[in-house]
Amino acid sequence: MAVEFRKDLFADERDDDLNEIGQPIIRQDILGHVTGRSPFYDDHLYDGLLFMRCVRSPHHHARIRSVDAAAAERMPGVIRLIRPQDVPVNLNTLLSLISFGRDDEPLLAEHRVAYKGEPVMAIIATSDRAALDAVARVRVDYEELPHVLDVEDALKPEAPVVNETYPNNTFDYHDRYDHQKLRFGDVEAAFAQADHIVEGEYQMSPIEQAPIETCGAIAAPETNDRYVCHTSTQALFFSLGTTAKLLDMPSSRLHFIGGTVGGGFGGKVDSHHEPMAVLGAMLTGKPVKYMWDRAEEMQVGAPRGGERWRLKDGVMRDGRIIARAFTGFFDAGAYTRLSSYAVQKATGHLPGPYMIPNVASNVYCVYTNRTPSTAMRGFGITAVDFAIECHMDKAAETVGMDPIELRILNAYRDGDMKAHRRAAKNCALIESCQVVAQKSGWPLSAEAMAQSSLFGGGIGERGVIPETVTDQAGQIGERKRSGLAPEPFAGATARGHVPAGTATDHPATGNAPQREDMEIEAERLGFKVTRGASAPGQTPASPMPQPQPAATVAPAAPRPGAGPAMPPAYTAPAPASQQPVAPPASTRPQPTPPTPPAAPAPAPAAEPYKPEQPFQRGVKRPGVSRFISGSRRR
Amino acid sequence: MTLHPGRGFAAINYPIGMNLGGDPSQALVHSTPDGKFMVTLSAIDLGQGMKSVTRQIAAEALGIPISDVYVDTADSDTGPHDMGSFASRGTHRMGNAVIRAATEARTQMLEAAAEELEVDAADLVTDGKGNIHVRGAPSRSITVADTAVAAQFKQGRTLAGRGIFLVPLSDVDAETGEMTPVSCFAHAALIIDLTVDDETGVVEVTNINSAYEVGRALNPKLVEQQLIGGAWMGISHALYETTEPNYPDRSHGPEDFNTYLMPGPGEIVPHHISILERPAPDAPYGGKGPGEMCANPVLPAVANAVYNAVGVRCDSLPITPEKILRGLKANGGARPQGQPLNTPGGRR
Repeated sequence: MAVEFRKDLFADERDDDLNEIGQPIIRQDILGHVTGRSPFYDDHLYDGLLFMRCVRSPHHHARIRSVDAAAAERMPGVIRLIRPQDVPVNLNTLLSLISFGRDDEPLLAEHRVAYKGEPVMAIIATSDRAALDAVARVRVDYEELPHVLDVEDALKPEAPVVNETYPNNTFDYHDRYDHQKLRFGDVEAAFAQADHIVEGEYQMSPIEQAPIETCGAIAAPETNDRYVCHTSTQALFFSLGTTAKLLDMPSSRLHFIGGTVGGGFGGKVDSHHEPMAVLGAMLTGKPVKYMWDRAEEMQVGAPRGGERWRLKDGVMRDGRIIARAFTGFFDAGAYTRLSSYAVQKATGHLPGPYMIPNVASNVYCVYTNRTPSTAMRGFGITAVDFAIECHMDKAAETVGMDPIELRILNAYRDGDMKAHRRAAKNCALIESCQVVAQKSGWPLSAEAMAQSSLFGGGIGERGVIPETVTDQAGQIGERKRSGLAPEPFAGATARGHVPAGTATDHPATGNAPQREDMEIEAERLGFKVTRGASAPGQTPASPMPQPQPAATVAPAAPRPGAGPAMPPAYTAPAPASQQPVAPPASTRPQPTPPTPPAAPAPAPAAEPYKPEQPFQRGVKRPGVSRFISGSRRR
Repeated sequence: MTLHPGRGFAAINYPIGMNLGGDPSQALVHSTPDGKFMVTLSAIDLGQGMKSVTRQIAAEALGIPISDVYVDTADSDTGPHDMGSFASRGTHRMGNAVIRAATEARTQMLEAAAEELEVDAADLVTDGKGNIHVRGAPSRSITVADTAVAAQFKQGRTLAGRGIFLVPLSDVDAETGEMTPVSCFAHAALIIDLTVDDETGVVEVTNINSAYEVGRALNPKLVEQQLIGGAWMGISHALYETTEPNYPDRSHGPEDFNTYLMPGPGEIVPHHISILERPAPDAPYGGKGPGEMCANPVLPAVANAVYNAVGVRCDSLPITPEKILRGLKANGGARPQGQPLNTPGGRR
């Protein structure tokens, strides 16, 4: 394992003269972690703590005819059953906190279960064992219903309805479409002009966030008619707000404590345990713990969802990608959770970090009869990046080009117009490619090594929004009636046009609405702001390599209505004579080849870390488990 | 049996923060009577080092030593609102809020010191070691501790600050997808070396070279920890993991770590990391969150390396020995794709 810092790159944008930033300072909480003393939610072992377990659906999809819990209720140690009717507001969607989507998921299913493992009842008992035994005695009379597990089967007219809130098995976007559209330029015309069409389909299967600490919460009544909740949540106020909504109580009656979490990776945003535990504490007046075991964490806990992506590229012989179309399916499982949002995040990410002048996508949030999926490290991006980067290699193979050089040729640069209609800035893809190729002994041409994210972007057509062809296909419910194909423009009977525009029409970011008095001192924030090199169209002092002989250079000006935009190959610089004064050396593009690595990473402090005081707690005491560190109280 | 070497590449960028904004974070900073500073948040430390990095940011923005700063977080009764630790937003959003809060507290600290030293606050600087002195005249100084005592007990002044950072919520256009997603992108490029056994289909990753562009490594050790762990997670995702091995069929779902496969300590791969730092204008000290993006390039790089080794395209994850063997069978055996084009004697 070796880590080097390339301080030589972008050095003229950085002020490295900082005191604490950039130092390998030891973590504030590490001594507690390594000595087993850091309190996690599961360490709050109240005396008289009760345990909650759930009765779960064994079916993918079923109607609940009746629930017989009489035997369970009589089991020793059972304190209380929680039925769906006990949940004050038994319908929610996580993103209602940002007003996105309709409530579609019950905390406990009452009439119908839509996935294997869906909870229909909770049981609170004096021990985990007693709660589990009682769960096993509950008899639920199910009437099995047809189910659908594949995202594209779910779009078919004959597919069963998974989620009654979204009866077309797709999330509704903008009250208009069953998918999120991205339209930039004219992909159909560009495909017709491309030398090669490269197509592929990519599938991500569900995976588990796999935290060491499984999801859970411990809630207890506090004084003043409040409830305290110790939780593993990744988002304290998100969970607090969700709990207040489901339990129909003012959020001021909730006191949430978290902050030290045994791994999250996205799976601890869903806020399922907090309302369950607080509800248990409300109904029993006692502290209640609700925690998943490993099997629940893996099969009931929301995984990273399956995603399917189809890509179609129009590629020219010299390696330029002139058009790219995506069809994407997010497998949300039975309920929305956060998948609807990930669709838009993915859409904003397309077509990847490349300057492609014609892009279209249809991305779907699809309901299937499986465990709802949720966030995980790279949410909305990981799967499509897998698709894009496998596809880039296929494109390189198709045109017989080095795969890294193909990326550098098509890489986005400062000032380039992105498909979501904002200018790119702060780019560094090209430099990342060059550095890794160089250190790995992967030879690149001098021309590829001479490219830079700082220059050549935003010039001519690269900096403007092309005239864009639109369509109205895929209205909500249309697919269910007609069996429409999911691809962009499939089934479109008419085309619309959005006129070309420029970046200046759309500021890259709005001004943050912080109050003016919330000032920062720009000169103390580590930026060197003297250089204007990131301005679009700035050219280097030294001549850039000429375009490849094979390249056809398209006209520089936008041609509204004249077919798809075509980027030139490596963008030629403006003549050096346009530069009245040669910029300082620091504005030159990366040297060819790049300078060898600068001084290695600043070495950690030579002296090993020593605490100010000898560490007393956490040593093994006779008769006390090192792994029990909870605070006990009545 | 033959072990076929393969090499694969992938490059990515990654958006930092909740994609469409609308996700505020708040921070409070106040001094204790002995001149230490407490940062109060409701951010969650998932192990990524949230407490540490906000502590460094606060110390830097205040201009005091890190040993004089403590972070108290994640109690909803004391910590102000924060949207949460997800979407690589923690450092970016909370870091910006902490800078604002610390800057306000610093302003008050310098005013209090100016009153004690009988100078103009604009002429004062901090040395980062716990002292405040007149610019260019280090002898005219007062300690931060004495300043806090004077502010508290003599001047009747608080040394405190509030901070919030909010990227305004963006709409998404229904027809074109026009939107203002995050303003800050991290980058990565990565090369995987591996071998594929053409008899068993087993893939062994042997080496990783990577370049990660993180804006600024606010704490290089925490960045290193993220990048090494993230690449491991990427390999695990590419080659081992799934909760539904027969997806979309739900049968044979694993329920423990005996059946949910992950690489163990024996499969840790040598990883040679280069860190690039192009500071993002709206990020705290330019730092972008490396937490999520570090796993992403590994997946396609592994798939591309498997193709390079034996000529089998595995377009569905995970890339199991079974899928590779089926591919080899369909191709009539291994078809090594050879060295990169520019290598002397490379393919084609």
